[in-house]
Amino acid sequence: MPTRTGAQIIWECLVNEEVHTVFGYPGGAILPAYDAMLDYPVRHVLVRHEQGATHMADGFARAGGGVGVAMATSGPGATNMVTGIATAMMDSSPIVCITGQVPGKLIGYDAFQETDITGITLPITKHSYLVTRAEDIMPAMKEAFHLAKSGRPGPVLVDITKDAQQASVEWMWDPRPVQMRGYRSDLPVTREDLARAAALIRGTRRPVILVGQGVIQSGATRELLALAERIDAPIAMTLLGLGGVPASHPLNLGMMGMHGEAWVNHAIQEADLLLAFGMRFDDRVTGNVKTYAPHAKKIHVDIDPSEINKNVRADAAIVADLRETLVDLLDVLEPADHEGWLAHIDGMKGDAAVRDIQKLPDTGHLYAAHVINDIWRITGGNAVVVTDVGQHQMWEAQYYHHEVPRSLITSGGLGTMGFALPAAIGAKIARPDAEVWAIVGDGGFQMTQAELATAAQEGIKINVAIINNGYLGMVRQWQEFFYERRYAATPLRSPDFLKIADAHGLEGFRAEKRSQVNDVVERARAADGTALIDFRVEQEDSVYPMVPAGADLHAMIRRPERTVLAETGADPV
Amino acid sequence: MHHTLVALVEDKPGVLNRVASLFRRRNFNIESLTVGRTAEPGISRMTIVIDSDQASAERVTAYLYKLVNVLQVEDLGMVPAVARDLALVKVAVAGHDRGALLRVVDETRAHIVDTGEQTMTLEITGEPPHVDAVISRLEPLGIVEMVRTGQVAMRRGDTALSAAQYS
Ligand SMILES: Cc1ncc(C[n+]2csc(CCOP(=O)(O)OP(=O)(O)O)c2C)c(N)n1
Ligand SMILES: [Mg+2]
Repeated sequence: MPTRTGAQIIWECLVNEEVHTVFGYPGGAILPAYDAMLDYPVRHVLVRHEQGATHMADGFARAGGGVGVAMATSGPGATNMVTGIATAMMDSSPIVCITGQVPGKLIGYDAFQETDITGITLPITKHSYLVTRAEDIMPAMKEAFHLAKSGRPGPVLVDITKDAQQASVEWMWDPRPVQMRGYRSDLPVTREDLARAAALIRGTRRPVILVGQGVIQSGATRELLALAERIDAPIAMTLLGLGGVPASHPLNLGMMGMHGEAWVNHAIQEADLLLAFGMRFDDRVTGNVKTYAPHAKKIHVDIDPSEINKNVRADAAIVADLRETLVDLLDVLEPADHEGWLAHIDGMKGDAAVRDIQKLPDTGHLYAAHVINDIWRITGGNAVVVTDVGQHQMWEAQYYHHEVPRSLITSGGLGTMGFALPAAIGAKIARPDAEVWAIVGDGGFQMTQAELATAAQEGIKINVAIINNGYLGMVRQWQEFFYERRYAATPLRSPDFLKIADAHGLEGFRAEKRSQVNDVVERARAADGTALIDFRVEQEDSVYPMVPAGADLHAMIRRPERTVLAETGADPV
Repeated sequence: MHHTLVALVEDKPGVLNRVASLFRRRNFNIESLTVGRTAEPGISRMTIVIDSDQASAERVTAYLYKLVNVLQVEDLGMVPAVARDLALVKVAVAGHDRGALLRVVDETRAHIVDTGEQTMTLEITGEPPHVDAVISRLEPLGIVEMVRTGQVAMRRGDTALSAAQYS
């Protein structure tokens, strides 16, 4: 058998897992691995902060459907990964994080840059490994990849001591599939569960299908549409589900929950059956669970058994892969017709569409919603959009209409500001042919803006739209609604973003009027490298409608009449 | 309501930490937790007693299954089971009548396992309520030190919990 160092085994494993790109940052405890890296056909992207590496791996995984890999040294390198790992955990994103650890004999002695990273990340990883011997590296790496991508995906951390990286052992790749005694990811659909669900579906008159990220992760778009059309049921989407069903499909009502349109939430509240597919009834989706969908029976399909009956009690549950479940359901369900129910929902739209900001004429002001809607129009709806967290994120969900899976990448569960720029870089590397846009707030951009340097160094072309409202806008909005407009710590003075772009040798543009949007978007698209646009938008605009946190889902703050619409009498745009 | 959960887990570093951390993270209170070997090499058995309603016990069972090193979980609250707890209690004997103490020993199947000049140490084994009852009779006599193992439990009858199917 050939001999390999532990460091070499790490790369042998990565190559065997078909990893072409690793996002990372070196340091003492991971140095042997970095040294060995030079002999392997893997691209290394040098980030500017390890948080960036984890978000890049995450964006890479979500855009491309594979596993993203991040690497860092022990101590501060590892702890800098924590936010990105938690982000991936909450959104079930498959990443593998490899960290160096101090030599085994120093563990427990508070050695230089020793930190208990497996302990720190225990509750925010799907699983983790502390590897202290070179011969244990391959089993840990193989299991890590298997765990990250199978079942309900998630982040896995592999912490490898420096001496394990340095040691030499006889080694050969073991091609056998991973066997883990306590891990089951391929649960079958049972006949009884299927029959119970089918019976509920046959009896429904007011169904609503709830679509979550599970549809994207199990690749079930086609089957889902077939089912929705077969039983003639409208579809409501979670934030992470967007793209899982084409926005333009006539049965797609759009996003539900805190910033969902009123008719979507009302449809849920009036439904007699909810078919929850790969979603987890997050509190941002249900509002007050006690008054949530009070007339509805619930069918819950999820690959994670612990999601069943967690937030909402299910009347029928199927724990299995969603696509397989839908195929089985399609086998037994006959066509149904819910014309009256669909017409009723349509009627609930009322004047909401008219109040929609898209209908607001150009008054010389620049609204974030306009900017995002224009980007949608100009990119033909074909871009991969990566958002940050805040108002712009919700406007993106409302005004960029996603037609295909993996075209919206956003931090939903953890709501991590600073996610967009690094995740967009990762997404672009996973999908080099895609047009990638980062839509980011002036606040969130500054959290990880150092990764612009990464994009520049790596020659990566993405477009960064900074929705610059001079505020930590979403928090300001809550202060406006719930704290008597006391704007504590939300006004934000930012640097000149064009100079920041310039300092990186990147092109930057600015738009202050709606009439300028088209031009700057086209110029950014045409730029060779990463381009940045500073959109100076209305400062005190708010996202509507809004269900206040913990309120009943039907008790939303409606979109105000824009009086200006009546005053100018201009044609709606 | 008390739930006694039994988990068969792989005997690997950090597994106890994962299980304990799960209960903390999901906001459950552990009343007692014991770990020990089983007849199967590499497999440990944990007995965890929590105070929770039925829905929460089901929830925590599902979370336990999510841990990669957990092979099997059983809620013994749902089936007939034998449960045992063991206590060692050091009771003061100086300055008062040993008769009272010996009466307790006589009437409760407690054993005297050590005798000092000032104290006597008793071993009490039984269903947890029995151990509680004996301890409350000893309290007036003056308990100097006490330790309890926490509950271990097993299903009655021929059905056996085994990790064999997972090998
Ligand atoms: C790391 C982090 N810190 C704090 C928050 C809380 N938070 C949520 S939205 C928001 C404001 C975001 O401001 P900005 O990036 O300018 O976006 P905007 O809402 O103005 O569009 C804040 C502070 C968060 N989500 N993430
Ligand atoms: Mg802002």
